[in-house]
Amino acid sequence: MSNLHDLLAYEVVAGINGGLFSAEEYVNSILKRIEDVESKLHSFITLDSEGALSAAKKIDRKIKEKEDTGELAGITVGIKDNISTKNIRTTCASKILEDYVPSYDATVIKHLKKNGAIILGKLNLDEFGMGSTTEYSRYQPTHNPWNLDYVPGGSSGGSGAAVAARECTVSLGSDTGGSIRCPASFCSVVGLKPTYGRVSRYGLISYANSLEQIGPICRSVRDLVMMVNIISGKDEMDNTSIPSSPITLNNKLGKLNVAIIKELITGSDHEVSRTIYSASEKFKEIGCTCDEISIKNLHYALPSYYTLASAEASSNLARYDNIRYGFDLPVEEYKWDTYFSKVRENFGEEVKRRILIGSYVLSSGYYSKYYLKARRLRSLLRLELLTLFKKYDLLIGPTMPIPPFKFGEKIDDPIKMYLVDINTVIANLAGIPAISLPVGFSNGLPIGLQIMAAPFEEQKLIDASYDLENSINIQRRTNAI
Amino acid sequence: MSLVMIGLEIHAQITALNSKLFCSCRGNYRELGPNTNICEICCGLPGSLPVINQKAIEYSAMTSLALGCKVPDKIMFYRKNYFYPDLPKNFQITQYNVYGYSSIGVDGIYELDDAKQIRISRIQLEEDPGRIAYSEGSMNVRNSVLLDYNRAGVALIEIVTEPDFTSPKEVRQFLNKLSLTLEHIDVCDTLLEGSVRCDVNVSMEGGNKVEIKNINSFREVEKAINYEIARQSSLYSRNLKIELETRHWDDRKKITFKSRSKEEEHDYRYFPEPDIPIIVLGNDFVSNLKKRMPDLPNQRFECFVSKYKLSEHTSNILINDKKLADFFEATLKVHFSPTEIANFLITDFKSLIEDDSESTDYLKNLKVKPEHIAELVKLIEGNKISRITAKDILVKIFESGMLPSEVMNNTNSYKIADEKTLMDAVQSVFDKEKSAVEDAKTNSEAINFLLGKVMKFTNGRADPKIAMRIINNKLHNPDK
Repeated sequence: MSNLHDLLAYEVVAGINGGLFSAEEYVNSILKRIEDVESKLHSFITLDSEGALSAAKKIDRKIKEKEDTGELAGITVGIKDNISTKNIRTTCASKILEDYVPSYDATVIKHLKKNGAIILGKLNLDEFGMGSTTEYSRYQPTHNPWNLDYVPGGSSGGSGAAVAARECTVSLGSDTGGSIRCPASFCSVVGLKPTYGRVSRYGLISYANSLEQIGPICRSVRDLVMMVNIISGKDEMDNTSIPSSPITLNNKLGKLNVAIIKELITGSDHEVSRTIYSASEKFKEIGCTCDEISIKNLHYALPSYYTLASAEASSNLARYDNIRYGFDLPVEEYKWDTYFSKVRENFGEEVKRRILIGSYVLSSGYYSKYYLKARRLRSLLRLELLTLFKKYDLLIGPTMPIPPFKFGEKIDDPIKMYLVDINTVIANLAGIPAISLPVGFSNGLPIGLQIMAAPFEEQKLIDASYDLENSINIQRRTNAI
Repeated sequence: MSLVMIGLEIHAQITALNSKLFCSCRGNYRELGPNTNICEICCGLPGSLPVINQKAIEYSAMTSLALGCKVPDKIMFYRKNYFYPDLPKNFQITQYNVYGYSSIGVDGIYELDDAKQIRISRIQLEEDPGRIAYSEGSMNVRNSVLLDYNRAGVALIEIVTEPDFTSPKEVRQFLNKLSLTLEHIDVCDTLLEGSVRCDVNVSMEGGNKVEIKNINSFREVEKAINYEIARQSSLYSRNLKIELETRHWDDRKKITFKSRSKEEEHDYRYFPEPDIPIIVLGNDFVSNLKKRMPDLPNQRFECFVSKYKLSEHTSNILINDKKLADFFEATLKVHFSPTEIANFLITDFKSLIEDDSESTDYLKNLKVKPEHIAELVKLIEGNKISRITAKDILVKIFESGMLPSEVMNNTNSYKIADEKTLMDAVQSVFDKEKSAVEDAKTNSEAINFLLGKVMKFTNGRADPKIAMRIINNKLHNPDK
């Protein structure tokens, strides 16, 4: 047998329940793996080895006593550090939450624990989810497991890298404008941004509430399905959550109508577009039609996204005044308002930039000019996509317009950085599900295919991804670490 | 007096709610230790989301209907962004109508008793901030203050009027009527400390509008307005400019003073609350609500007069004390004798509770229940006890919670109608009051004096009619 830490989630559950190995042995193997590679990757902000081991022992005891262990028994889950975990520090990769320990579990964490999953620790991200590389983490950037000189993508870079490097079985990320799919693509793993409302956001530390969803990052489509089904569902604590039916894995892919989004291909790096075209050939091989189409309102997507996301962020992040929780900063010598200002100097540059932009677009006189206009463009885009979905089952294109890039390449120019999100923000603006699936490499660097479907049509995404995963033969495991 | 325009912005807590507006913490935060009535939602901990309290929507809609407002088919919430230490999220979830109607009530007309109409521009549902406890001096000069978030997130109804008032007296009439309305529709117990607050804007002679904040009880509003009118008149008469400003009411010194911060320059950056989707109330919402809604004070008054045949005076006393009116109707359900019960309640009963306590919830912990009063009135009507005795029995019930009949039997206080006993009592009085007896043969006033003595002799238990007959008989037929 290979190393335990190499196993996929469903193999781990089967192995532990079948008595091939104990949960404790499995967790120890994962912890050993982390010990071996973490110093090169920096995926984790906080590792809870003790908590993980004690949870594993509990599962082993349950197995011994023939009690129900749950569908995810024994798998280790890395959690993006913007999802609240009771008694485990949750920093959002920000200095402003350096000492913040939540008093409650996010709804998704409750679901995971209830089903026997083991919370392993908290994974790195760009501060508050704002960024595409983890370079904006206030601790340290995470490295790409396929080539340590390259960024892992972001903002859920820790979640992408840890799964690709087998530091955890699966992970949870959050996706506001591509933050699950970007690192999934850059790290050659599968990442799903569910339909807005499928997964409860309760406990996800808000960056832009109307856009974001929690979703899984995994090394196989099968693992992904297990995870999505556990974390989905209407939650009384989240007014925007909606009931949905579970996804199954063994559906035969019918003759689907697929369309490639032309603008996303032409805007891409040559190697990327070549790889996406060859993936689209696979769709034809399995009997789908494959047209090339245009999205008229596509060029509004990025400005609309950054306007709305920044507006919501400026308000969401207002609560960080260090009164009720936060970091160590004595109050002496300050009046309350100067203290607030001092506290908020502790935000990183990118966060400050978005708070400023957001405050500006919401201020009186500019509301209609920017915020309202962005909302209208968002509706326009959503409407156009919903119309397209009447004709097509799936819209495809590259997840990222370019392969992973080196550290420092885009950090000095915010616009350049924002531009890499062009393909992914569409799904967030429209509230539709989107998946990133590994389909190839360019000079050893991963390339992901993005598939989008109509709201709550995750089943179609999964059917297509599962077929493609089986028919595309690429390297699955990195040798770089 | 010169032309005065006054507008009001009233905040009333929905004290009827068990929980806060967006979480399950208790709606009644009073008398709890600081920061013991809080959770991740009302403290605005990262990742928590507001969960809208459906009952709060109903109560605020009822208030809107009671104030003659329209309730739109769809409502929305907005974020009002500003920094203040008592505001856990540094934004308040409220409603806003500038980008289209979205608040729970709009365009209302509320009539004062003299038929003057006050326009209500909007009614909105929002969350209360926490409370700042100042040790001494204001927050700007002290190093620290204490924060208590027990109140944070309590449901508030904001009522905004047009500047239609022309005198402090009209404002007082309005606030009295409003309080009564809020009480009768069971939304707000306005007597609870801090449950109602009022901001006032005053302008004179078409001059600048001055806003007065921080008026923490309706009683103080009239005083604040009077002060402000005097202040502005004085400026006006000296040809001095009336500044557009926000002032605060100091209820110790009874003056308004200029506030330090430039509140009128705030840009609140309102935008739709993304965590609460648009709420569609539906077609039947308002009609269903109207069916369930308690009667308004004037409807109730009509009912008391026409259905229960009470006098307007009696009806008014009951209506002006909502809890007493409720108690009255609860008693009617046990024994339908409106006039007798109402009279008993507004006299003997009311004087007893007023002596007894200042608490606003006086009827809640009372040992006397409607059943007691019903039985007591039955005993009076059945001629079992005298009115005087009834009052004594009531005092005993107040203390013990015993049934009136029990008290009556224990204390032998049923009415004495037995001829023999009464004749003995009359004889004793006649023996003692010889001169009065002589007077009484010619003077009817003296007869009443003798009856009083008989009543006293029997501790008020003698049936006065029988006693009177015996006295008359004895006076005019002394041999018998």
